[in-house]
This record gives sequence, C-alpha cells and structure tokens, in this order.
Amino acid sequence: MTRLSKRSFVQLAGWGSLAALALLAGCSKEEKTTTTTAPAGTTTTTTTTTTAAAPAPATSASGPLKIAFAYVGPVGDGGWTFAHDNARKAIEKEFGDKIQTSFVENVPEAADAERVFRDMVSQGNKLIFGTTFGYMEPMLKVANDTPNVMFEHATGYKQAPNMRTYDSRTYEGAYMAGVIAGGMTKTNTLGVVGSVPIPEVVRNINSFTLGAQSVNPKIQTRVVWVNKWFDPPNETAAAQSLINGGADVLMQNTDSSAVLQTAGKAGKYAFGWDSDMTAYSPNAHLASAVINWTPYYKKATQEALDGTWKGGGHTWWGVKEGAIDIVSISDKVPADVKDKVEKVKAGLKDGSFVIWKGPITSNDGKEILAKDAVADDKFLGGINFFVKGVEGKVPGADKK
Amino acid sequence: MEQVALLVAATLNSGTVLALAALGLLINERAGIVNLGAEGIMLVAAIAGFATAVHTGNDWIAFAAAGVAGAILAAAFGVLVIWLNTNQYATGLALSLFGAGFSAFAGIRYTQEKLGEHRAFEIPGLADLPFVGPALFRQHPMVYLAIALAIAIAWFLYRSRAGLVLRAIGESPESAHALGYPVRRIRLLAVMFGGVMCGIAGAYISVVYTHLWVEGMTAGKGWIALALTTFATWRPARVLLGAYLFGGVTMLQLQLQGEGVQLSSQFLTMLPYLATILVLVLISRNATFIRVNMPASIGKPFFPD
Repeated sequence: MTRLSKRSFVQLAGWGSLAALALLAGCSKEEKTTTTTAPAGTTTTTTTTTTAAAPAPATSASGPLKIAFAYVGPVGDGGWTFAHDNARKAIEKEFGDKIQTSFVENVPEAADAERVFRDMVSQGNKLIFGTTFGYMEPMLKVANDTPNVMFEHATGYKQAPNMRTYDSRTYEGAYMAGVIAGGMTKTNTLGVVGSVPIPEVVRNINSFTLGAQSVNPKIQTRVVWVNKWFDPPNETAAAQSLINGGADVLMQNTDSSAVLQTAGKAGKYAFGWDSDMTAYSPNAHLASAVINWTPYYKKATQEALDGTWKGGGHTWWGVKEGAIDIVSISDKVPADVKDKVEKVKAGLKDGSFVIWKGPITSNDGKEILAKDAVADDKFLGGINFFVKGVEGKVPGADKK
Repeated sequence: MEQVALLVAATLNSGTVLALAALGLLINERAGIVNLGAEGIMLVAAIAGFATAVHTGNDWIAFAAAGVAGAILAAAFGVLVIWLNTNQYATGLALSLFGAGFSAFAGIRYTQEKLGEHRAFEIPGLADLPFVGPALFRQHPMVYLAIALAIAIAWFLYRSRAGLVLRAIGESPESAHALGYPVRRIRLLAVMFGGVMCGIAGAYISVVYTHLWVEGMTAGKGWIALALTTFATWRPARVLLGAYLFGGVTMLQLQLQGEGVQLSSQFLTMLPYLATILVLVLISRNATFIRVNMPASIGKPFFPD
C-alpha cells in the first residue's frame, strides 16, 4: 500500500511539473512574439501638462502615439494576418516618428485575448486594433474599463463610446474573381471551398457566382464546406473533390493557399484570397482578391492624432475607398475578360455599378431582389441563401 | 464511373497520412509505450521535410530528414519515459505542445516558400488501364510503400522472432526482462520507429499532399492516428482499413456536398469519425479478442529491479 501511494505521489509530481513546464513554455512564447518594431528613442518633443484624464481620445504632442495590433494568426500566414501587418507597416512609414506601433501574433479568440488587450493598455498604447471577429467580447470589456483608450475592432458589430468597428467588402473582390472565372471555365462548373457558413462567406460565394454569370449565364457553382478557417489537409481534400466533380476554376474563403496549390497540381485554375498568392502556384493562379487595410488604418491614425477620433459606428469599405482590389491578373486571362474586370472595378469606384442589384433570384426560384432594387448593408449582412446557379443549400439556413 | 475512380484515388492519397502514422504508433504501443506526442512529432517533421524539399527539391531526401527529426524527438521522449519513468501520457502531451510551438518557430521563414510544380506519378503500363488506372496507379510512390509497410509490419509482428519478443515486452516487460531481453533498449527502438513513421507521415502532408508549410497544418491528424491504433485493436490490417475508411468517408462527404446533397455540412463533417469508430468497434466487438490483442503493459512504467 505504501509503495503504491508513493508511486502515485511521484506520478502526481511528474504531472504537476510537466504542466508547469508546458505553462511556462506557453507564456514565454507569448512574450517572445510581442515585437515592437518602431524606431525607438525619438521622444524628444516638448512636454505639455495635459494628461489623458479626459475621456476624449485626444493625445497631445507629448511623444509618439502608441498603437498596438492584436493578430489572430502568424504574420507569415500569407493571407489575412499578413494583410493587416502590411497595413501596419504602411502607416508606420506614413506617419514616421509621430506614432509607434507594436503587435502581438497568435492571440487566441478566447479569454486570453482580454489579458493581451490589458497588457497593451498598461504599456501606454492609446489606439488598439483587434483584427478578428472573436475579439469582440474581450475588447468590449477592456474598452469599458479604460475609457481613455481608443479601440478598433475588425469584422465585429458591437460598439462603445471608445470602440468602433470596421470591415471590408470582400464580396467585391469575389465578384471580380467571378468575372475572370466565368471567362476561363471550360466545363461551366466552378468550385468554392467554404470555411464556415456565415453570411460573409455565403455572400462571397453568391457574388463570385453572380460575377461569373455576368459573362457566362450557364455557370454552375459547387460548394464544399470544411467548417474551419484553417485546415490545409482538409482544404486540399475539398479542392480535390471539387475538381473530381468537374469544377475547373476554384475559389476559396479559407485562410491558406492549399486550394490554389491543389488546383495547380491538377492543372486547373484558382485564385488568391486576402493577399497576393501568385508565388504559390504561378500556373494555376488567375488573380488575387486582396484586402488593403491601409486606407482605413491611415484614417483612424490621423483622426487619433488630430483628436477627432470618435467611438461607435461601423465602417465598411470596398473598392471605392481602395480597401478591396483584384491584383496580379494572369496573362492566361483573355484581354476582353480583363477589360470587363477593369470596367467593373471602375464602376465600383465611381459608384455607377452595384453588384447586389435586382433582379436576383435564389436557387430555389424565389425572387430576392426585384428588378433595379438595390440591396442595403443590412440586407447584405444577413444573406443566408444561395443565388441561382449555386448548387445545394446554405447549411442551417432553413432552421431560421 | 470516372467519378468513382477519382474518389478511390483521393481516398488512397488522404488515407496514407493516417496509415503511416498509425502503423508506427502501433509498433511502439505493441512494446507497451503510448506516445501522445504524435501530433507534435508530425508537425516538426512536416517543417523539417518541407524545408529540406525546398532546398534540395528531392522528396526522398525530405522524407529522410523528416524521419530523422521524428526519430530524435521520439528518442528524447523514449529516454524520459523508459529510463526516467516519467508519466507517458503527461510526457507525450508535453511533447505535442513542444512540437507545435517549435515547428511554428522553426518554420517562420518557410510560410512563404513554395515547392516546384509537381509532376504527376504514374506506373507505366498500368496507369493507362481503364478505371483501375486512374483509381489505383497514379499515386505518389509513398502510397504503395505504406501498403508494403503494413504487410511487412504484420509479418514482423506475427511471423518473426523479433516481433514475438516485441509483443512479449508489451505483454509483460518483467517476464521478458527475466528471460534476459534488453527491455528498455527494445522499447526505445520501438518508440523511435514510431517517431520515424510519424515523421514520414508529417512530411507526406507538407511535401506531397498540400505542398505548403503553415503553422499547425497537421490539424489533428496525429490524434486521429492515435485513436485509430486503439480502435483497430493494434492489428496492422485493421489500421490500414481504418485509415482508408477515414480517408474515404472524408472524401465521400466532400463529394456529396459538391453534388449539392441536402444534408447539413456539419453533419457530413462528422461522418468520417463516426463511420471509422463504428466499423472498427463492430469488427472488434469481441471482448476476448481485444484482451488478446491489447498489450497488457501499455502505458505502465517498467522498473527492472
């Protein structure tokens, strides 16, 4: 009996120490990734007496404005987070020593995010960007506790007097990609690897299909869901199954370049998403629908510097504001298709062209938008049906 | 018909990852050691293999590098649990956490790298046969190697003396020790073999299957392989069957979605797990059979004195 209990004690100690080790490893990793990439030591300007006691987000000229970014993935993901970090670098270049930026990578969409935001506040950051939907609640909590710090939350919908939200119209990029896909397909079958069936993704699939149908009305789009944002082996499998089913141009709303690479291996075509992915598979790559966060980050930073920053409200920018673009269009795309894309882009820019304009019917035959009716942002935010030409049903849509 | 052939081909391709890893884990579990670090080993090997493939352009050197990386990690794990008698489960979990973090760190500069455009593989003559050609004979050589390895492992376990010794150690390390077998050394070798196989599986994902490296890219395949060995009651043929079944149902459910079948995609995503567990539990529902095949000393520390 004594021997047994001794052994279990040793076992317990082993478990405990290992758990502690793992915890330590986790913590030190977090600290290591906190990288400050600003020219330090430029704080030499005059000191004014006003402290940030007032809730107004006015930062005086006493030293640079400290800006922090929380990223959900690694900077090197080549997609979503990469695009955010490019914008961070751009504002750093633009504002020089008036600002000082830092970022934390791989912040999980969970309670841990709250700790990261509090850290950022305690380090004296006055403007904080959270770049994924899952930071909504933790950010709101910290924002309520620290009214003199300005918070910017990407893709969310909850605001506070010192917290506002922003997003980009990714569906405009999807539409332009669709125009190219419609011009390139030989089987008239397109494939989309979807991540999670939320309105944003469904809207992108629909817009992609509408774009393709604008040049080729016979287009059918097949959709396969992997129910994750990031799962390269499954994204590969999904792309392969779409190709097996006859799709010859693929699009994805997931976070890696796996779909593009699979298309490359099979001799089919695909697009880059969020960032320019040409390099991953030059032969398969038709174009990249990219997000450019720089214009918005510039605006927010400028407002924060001027003291005109106001909380609440939502900003949804697209091609018009330079937030969405289609880049690196392949030489394989015929000139008339390229022209068509340029025309769409110009139309979106000056407002003469609207993607979600009737007549639009859903794939079960219901008329969704009457002729010449234009969808408003509220409508776009709640799309949970497929347009005509997309096969299948949005998972879970009939339960609502 | 062509669709079916392509489905079979995709099944072989995606099942191979699980088959490789699970066959390796089967050997070290037969020796009585459970290595929960499989996922971490696969990740480290995936980046080791990918980096090697980027620099050399050769798949086989990449597989070798991944195998070596897997063996080193497994050896470290082996020394801890076999000689220092740390808890196998805790040490394995620590290894899988370490592997995830270390591979992310080591792979920072490879997330933007790409491999050259890959050539297609075919077996001359056979690849052009109708139906069976596209279904079976246009795979990466590693796919066939995995099947050959399953046969070799079955032969080793049940037809060779060394395999008998390995199984004896897994049943009762004390008795094997009393007979004069170097229990600890043999266990270490078994654990390292498991590491090599997990390593090759990891490299298969990054080098052959997806052609890219990103953090956390194995997305749980190591854990599925671990579960597979248990559900397959530590029999090589069943491990192979389970791996292809899992791969096959995964591909089938994706294909069904593409055809526009009216089933919720969340349900379909669950199917591979459900089908694999169900089939393997049904074929091994005999309690005696499980008892006979399960290594009696699995997970337990061994004190030779």
